[in-house]
Amino acid sequence: MSVAAARPAAEGVTLEIDGTELTVPRGATILDACRSMGVDTPTLCYLENLTPVNVCRVCVVELEGSRVLVPACSRACEPGMKIRTDSERVRLSRRLVLEFLASSVDVSLASEMQRSMIRYQAQPERFGSAAAPHAAGERDRATPGHHHAPNGERHQTVEQPVKVDNELYVRDYSKCILCYKCVEACGSDAQNTFAIAVAGRGFDARISTEYAVPLPDSACVYCGNCIGVCPTGALMFKSERDMRDEGTWDESRQTKADTICGYCGVGCTLTVHAQDGEIVKVSSPMDHSVTRGHLCVKGRFGWQFVGRRDREEV
Amino acid sequence: MDLHYTAAAPTAQERAAVDQLLGPPTSGWEGGARRPIDGHTAPDAREARGRRHLLLPALHAVSARVGWVSEGALNYICRRLTVPPADAYGVLSFYALLSATPRPPTIVHVCDDIACMVSGAQALCADLERTVGPAGSPVGDGSALWLRSPCLGLCERAPAALQTVAGEQPRSEPIAPASSADLRAALAGVATPAYTPYQLPQHGSSDLRLLRRIGRVDPTSIDAYLTAGGYAALRRAFELGPAGVIAEVSQSKLLGRGGAAFATGRKWEAVANQPEQPHHLVCNADESEPGTFKDRVLMEEDPFALLEAMTIAAFAGGCEYGYLYVRGEYPRATRRLSGAIEQARARGFLGQNILQSGLRFDVELRSGAGAYICGEETALFNSIEGFRGEPRNKPPFPVQKGLFGKPTVVNNVETLLNVLDIIVSGGANFAAIGTPASTGTKLFCLSGHVVIPGLYEVPFGVTLRQLIESAGGVAGSKRLQAVLMGGAAGAFVTADELDTPLTFEDMRAVKATLGSGVVLLLDDTVNLEALLLRIAAFFRDESCGQCVPCRVGTARQEESLRRLAAGRPLGSLPQERALLTEMGQAMRDASICGLGQTASAAIESAMTKLNAFTRTAT
Ligand SMILES: Cc1cc2nc3c(=O)[nH]c(=O)nc-3n(C[C@H](O)[C@H](O)[C@H](O)COP(=O)(O)O)c2cc1C
Ligand code: SF4
Ligand code: SF4
Ligand code: SF4
Ligand code: FES
Ligand code: FES
Repeated sequence: MSVAAARPAAEGVTLEIDGTELTVPRGATILDACRSMGVDTPTLCYLENLTPVNVCRVCVVELEGSRVLVPACSRACEPGMKIRTDSERVRLSRRLVLEFLASSVDVSLASEMQRSMIRYQAQPERFGSAAAPHAAGERDRATPGHHHAPNGERHQTVEQPVKVDNELYVRDYSKCILCYKCVEACGSDAQNTFAIAVAGRGFDARISTEYAVPLPDSACVYCGNCIGVCPTGALMFKSERDMRDEGTWDESRQTKADTICGYCGVGCTLTVHAQDGEIVKVSSPMDHSVTRGHLCVKGRFGWQFVGRRDREEV
Repeated sequence: MDLHYTAAAPTAQERAAVDQLLGPPTSGWEGGARRPIDGHTAPDAREARGRRHLLLPALHAVSARVGWVSEGALNYICRRLTVPPADAYGVLSFYALLSATPRPPTIVHVCDDIACMVSGAQALCADLERTVGPAGSPVGDGSALWLRSPCLGLCERAPAALQTVAGEQPRSEPIAPASSADLRAALAGVATPAYTPYQLPQHGSSDLRLLRRIGRVDPTSIDAYLTAGGYAALRRAFELGPAGVIAEVSQSKLLGRGGAAFATGRKWEAVANQPEQPHHLVCNADESEPGTFKDRVLMEEDPFALLEAMTIAAFAGGCEYGYLYVRGEYPRATRRLSGAIEQARARGFLGQNILQSGLRFDVELRSGAGAYICGEETALFNSIEGFRGEPRNKPPFPVQKGLFGKPTVVNNVETLLNVLDIIVSGGANFAAIGTPASTGTKLFCLSGHVVIPGLYEVPFGVTLRQLIESAGGVAGSKRLQAVLMGGAAGAFVTADELDTPLTFEDMRAVKATLGSGVVLLLDDTVNLEALLLRIAAFFRDESCGQCVPCRVGTARQEESLRRLAAGRPLGSLPQERALLTEMGQAMRDASICGLGQTASAAIESAMTKLNAFTRTAT
């Protein structure tokens, strides 16, 4: 930012946001511009270290002259743009996006989204009562084309049994908002493993391995990078999930300490989360120059072999 | 890329189907027999990765041979093309004509979409349910099943169906109009009844421009096309040069006929001026808007004209490669065009140095696989490239970054066909037809309660009433309830608005659209709410699922309409209608592409203009 600020204004892009003129570096997105002037903009599918997929649409803003709203997270600033971030249209779309998601997905652990829901007075209960959960595998088998017509009495959700098919992490797709972050982290944005992708179409779209095979049969290398980016707790360390199920997970009792991973010479920074003196999970800072928040199986899960409450089971 | 595969192996048949398309594998990396040397040399990864665009053709190949795509077959395709299996599964599970679970070889797709619905499709489906069993479950000896289908583009012969038979000699044939007996015979594997060649209602009229060769010039012979004056436009284009061609097209004020009405000349010029090379040309022949069949008729009955027009567009835009993306439900158009491409190549109208002009251009035909969204131009690019047919965010626009990230001209079939006359007779003459803002002639697809359904060509500015009268007037009860213009993404015109001229601007003034040229007549016996429910279901089925407003909005919209149709709104009737309106606004404002943006259009139009959904349960 300091480098950009030192450049002459002609190098930047001047635009107007909510009536205030500002100049941002070339290539900056509307979201960057909003953040630089302290305009709080909700995001769900955006993450600094991933390519924007602009699919959630919670960040939309009104651009003068544009027929539709535009996603702040991916739209580059252009000279002379006039943007409104809090118009009636913006508020309505943001609220509906939040209501659509919260009425179809369990967002109880999506803390950022919870804050946005309060801000936009989202009322997901407006859609009435929810339909019964799907049986295990039912959503995985959904085919594109004609769907079974709903009766409308109860609204559809993605609720389904949690997938526990390995020792390291669980996938609870009842909590999946389909933000594509895990797919990007597993693919070309970080891991280059491509174990998971979006399958199916429309409301039946879902994150899946090929033919929905269990993770141990897939290409997954348990780097945990998908867990690191998941904003809703749909992907979770099994250790954390187990503690949550036992009722012993308590973030207020947790400490975080940074250390350098000793498994190889790359030098990744590990953030070790401990509760009551025992390691409960490992993450990596997103702004770290080496990891960009991503790790490998050794850094991510190696602690399970050095000191953990149930190590005798591992 | 070091990819991981599950243990599942392909059958000999599946392997043969893939090898027939891709040629035999050359090394163990590609799934062939491992040679000792394969452990030491990696294949040219760039070359293999560059073949991802063959993914959909490979899935088609397996599907046509065995009826579905098994895990083993997918693994084999992925090895051959270096595509991660999870990614390929994402593609496979995107298309309605493909299946990742075992399926009998014979499938009968029965259209129950809007035009067929008006012409008895519901009774036809009910009859099948009673006589052979529910849609989706194997029939008789298990060698066939039937499925409900969105519009098959055969609306002028509604009710329509399509039979596909997988095997050594795969077959695919339309059955239209279809009787219950025809469909049962098709399920029993009996060949479908003969498909009668298209009868043009305006046959013989001297006013026809786009349709003038249809029914008069043999569409299977390039010589017949040449005798009828074919390729005169291309020769003239070579005289004009690329800039001259663009000048004529700009002067003609031709607007795109694919739905968005964008100026064709501007599009071509933008691509021609892009320094980045190569440039691509894509002909959008995915025609899937319910009620639309114009491009099908043009492709089946005048395929050489489309190839000539594509060649001119490529010449103007400086495009080296041309892709013709035809929807998978159009087997006859696909066969005609394949035959035409072969003849054009053989006679030097495609390939290196066309007509000694120095122009190098060839056309590759690609088949869709059952996804309306792939008609959206950027979804179409992704589909050709071997990715899920998810639209891209714009900007960048196709003229900047289109197919394979390169500057791309993408045009609809009808748009391109207009170019032939523009080049031969001049842009100014073309602009003199129609109205100042809507120039030339327009094709309209008349279906539903009309005396002579079919494809009509009229100059812009003719009124809707005149068009309907030229088609013999209203059929059925003869009392018109409304006309659906533009298809599922369109809007209604009431009986009071029939004198509206058919132009882009006049339709906008009555809050309707010409869209893709759908004119679906509904008499007063049609259950409008049932029709709207079908439209809502269509969008729920066809949403790609990428963005929240459309993925969830189309599902919620359908639920809401179900409640309204049952007369049991959530809260009160005004509350439910307000909810629907808010959902519509969010879909229109915040969706990525035109599908979500128009998914509520017809419903809102019916609510405001036709008082749809105003009752509660009594
Ligand atoms: C959901 C959706 C479906 C579409 N389907 C088609 C189609 O089947 N054929 C077509 O030509 N254009 C279709 N379009 C419009 C294309 O995106 C694009 O505008 C058009 O191909 C451009 O060609 P034109 O300028 O010649 O009309 C569709 C657009 C959307 C949003
Ligand atoms: S743990 Fe790593 S390899 Fe496995 S799915 Fe997640 S990102 Fe992909
Ligand atoms: S599992 Fe998590 S990261 Fe992946 S798409 Fe769902 S919500 Fe996003
Ligand atoms: S609007 Fe619908 S079809 Fe278009 S990108 Fe979004 S989900 Fe896909
Ligand atoms: S954060 Fe911008 S679309 Fe999701
Ligand atoms: S073919 Fe049935 S609606 Fe078009």
